[in-house]
Amino acid sequence: MEPILIVQNCTMRFGGLTAVRGFHLQLQPQELVGLIGPNGAGKTTVFNLLTGVYRPVEGRILFDGHDITGWKPHAIAQLGIARTFQNIRLFGTLTVLQNVKAGARLHMRTGLWHAAWRTRSMLMEEQEVEAEAWRLLREMGLEDAAHYRAQDLPYGEQRRLEIARALAMHPKLLLLDEPAAGMNPQETADLMELIRRLRDEYALTILLIEHDMKVVMGICERVIVLDYGEEIAQGTPQEIRTNPRVIEAYLGEAPV
Amino acid sequence: MSTARFWAWRLFCVALGAAALLGASAAVSWLRAAGWLDDYTYRVLMLCGINILLAVSLNLINGITGQFSIGHAGFQGVGAYASAALTVFVLAPWLGQRGWQGSTLADTLLLVAAIVFGGITAGIAGLVVGIPSLRLRGDYLAIATLGFGEIIRVSILNIEQVGGARGFSGIPLVTTFLGLYVMVVLLLALSRNLLVSSQGLAFLAVRDDEIAAEAVGVNTTRIKVIAFVLGATFAGVAGALYAHFDGYLNPDNFRLDQSIIILTMVVLGGQGSVTGSVLSAVLLTAVLEWLRFLPTITLGGRAFTPSELRMVFFSVMLILLMLWRPKGLLGQREFGWHVLRQYWRLLKS
Repeated sequence: MEPILIVQNCTMRFGGLTAVRGFHLQLQPQELVGLIGPNGAGKTTVFNLLTGVYRPVEGRILFDGHDITGWKPHAIAQLGIARTFQNIRLFGTLTVLQNVKAGARLHMRTGLWHAAWRTRSMLMEEQEVEAEAWRLLREMGLEDAAHYRAQDLPYGEQRRLEIARALAMHPKLLLLDEPAAGMNPQETADLMELIRRLRDEYALTILLIEHDMKVVMGICERVIVLDYGEEIAQGTPQEIRTNPRVIEAYLGEAPV
Repeated sequence: MSTARFWAWRLFCVALGAAALLGASAAVSWLRAAGWLDDYTYRVLMLCGINILLAVSLNLINGITGQFSIGHAGFQGVGAYASAALTVFVLAPWLGQRGWQGSTLADTLLLVAAIVFGGITAGIAGLVVGIPSLRLRGDYLAIATLGFGEIIRVSILNIEQVGGARGFSGIPLVTTFLGLYVMVVLLLALSRNLLVSSQGLAFLAVRDDEIAAEAVGVNTTRIKVIAFVLGATFAGVAGALYAHFDGYLNPDNFRLDQSIIILTMVVLGGQGSVTGSVLSAVLLTAVLEWLRFLPTITLGGRAFTPSELRMVFFSVMLILLMLWRPKGLLGQREFGWHVLRQYWRLLKS
């Protein structure tokens, strides 16, 4: 099958610091891949390159048949890449329902002009969006919180809301930046179940950054390890677990 | 929703609005003719409408889209002077040549032309200022818009054709209660429609988190420019209505003070709340007028006249209000039927 995402030789520098060097990546449709590495390895920088927050100094990014190198973030989002953030970025003063609708806005056919005059086609589409937003909230177990402001939600629910907002965009590729951060074991177990289910239900390709090895080893089909901006290993969770370079990157060199 | 029901409801709403506006307008002219509404109160009523336009349009930029602009008086000035120049130099002579001046139809034509032209010119000014300066954020944008406001004022000051520092007089007095409040209702409807739609959430998303807004596919630059142009357009409309109500313009009307007063209305009403902006625009207009009637106070052998004390009292009141309600009168909430319904339920139980 054609890969949905191809990253060729991407490099990102901030001043003298090379955050990502010569990064390659290919994702097959509906793959569930983990991106791991010690702190500061450049994982989030990879996400920011994929979503257009940064423009790579070198290299190309191809998504779904388009060369998206240097595209603006909103254009990349419109093409079908959705993401969540390491330090949750919700629309804090909007309600939970409005946050999901803000994601669903992306594929609406009626624009601002219709909204300003409340045309009939806009009102009909608004009903569809409303129904879909409620369906997503139910799926994520957030329907009781629908009218709370997003910033008033507990942490775990904020994480789920961020995923709901991303799903409302109908993405082809979903990037999750540390989805399990700050969750207790039960929440983490539920999250793993959820991620697996979403992938199957929505035919999503998922790339996730995670420090919780139980999550990575439990659900990822393939794992890529970054250290100092370079890929040091790639393979199945079993291969990664026993790879000496990975162990060295995380724990330091074994004493002689 | 069936097509018939949609159009029936739409027609009903528009008819209701039109009836309310025409009724209010008829009531005002009847009260004035009967001598129960004096010219001064009428003037305050009109200033309230103009300030509502200014506050609600700035709220689109500052409160709803979160772009801190303090050059709103500049856009008002553009609309005021441009529309006045059009009516004084072009339309009034043209009507005069044909001997049509003075008729209701001619006045209405002048008013409509002034509103449209004032709005368009200010909107273009908003576009010209907006595209480069919306790359700036927060304080930097504030300073850029402040600079723009001053540039406008100083430019007008140096255009001899519109009177320069002497001011621009002889503008036809064609602003009517109906014309003004039709624009108020139009702006309120537009703001409200945007706020309650999914598409309109893009504005609020930009305010809350620009990076997240881009990530969900909002073209933040486009949204900011739209907000800026829309806000500037209605500031221009307010300027045009003001010019043709007062009949006299002076560059000093559009100083930084004026921008700050409009900003105060938005902040006091609660950033982002449309009804809050309306409430505080009316409140501040009324209070600023009421403070003209302060008694002269003698302190330490020096007499302080109302005109000296007015701004002192005004400032103290603002400080107290902001201490009492730091998020503004309505915060980010709106006043509407849902609030009345809640009170009704409370009363019943």
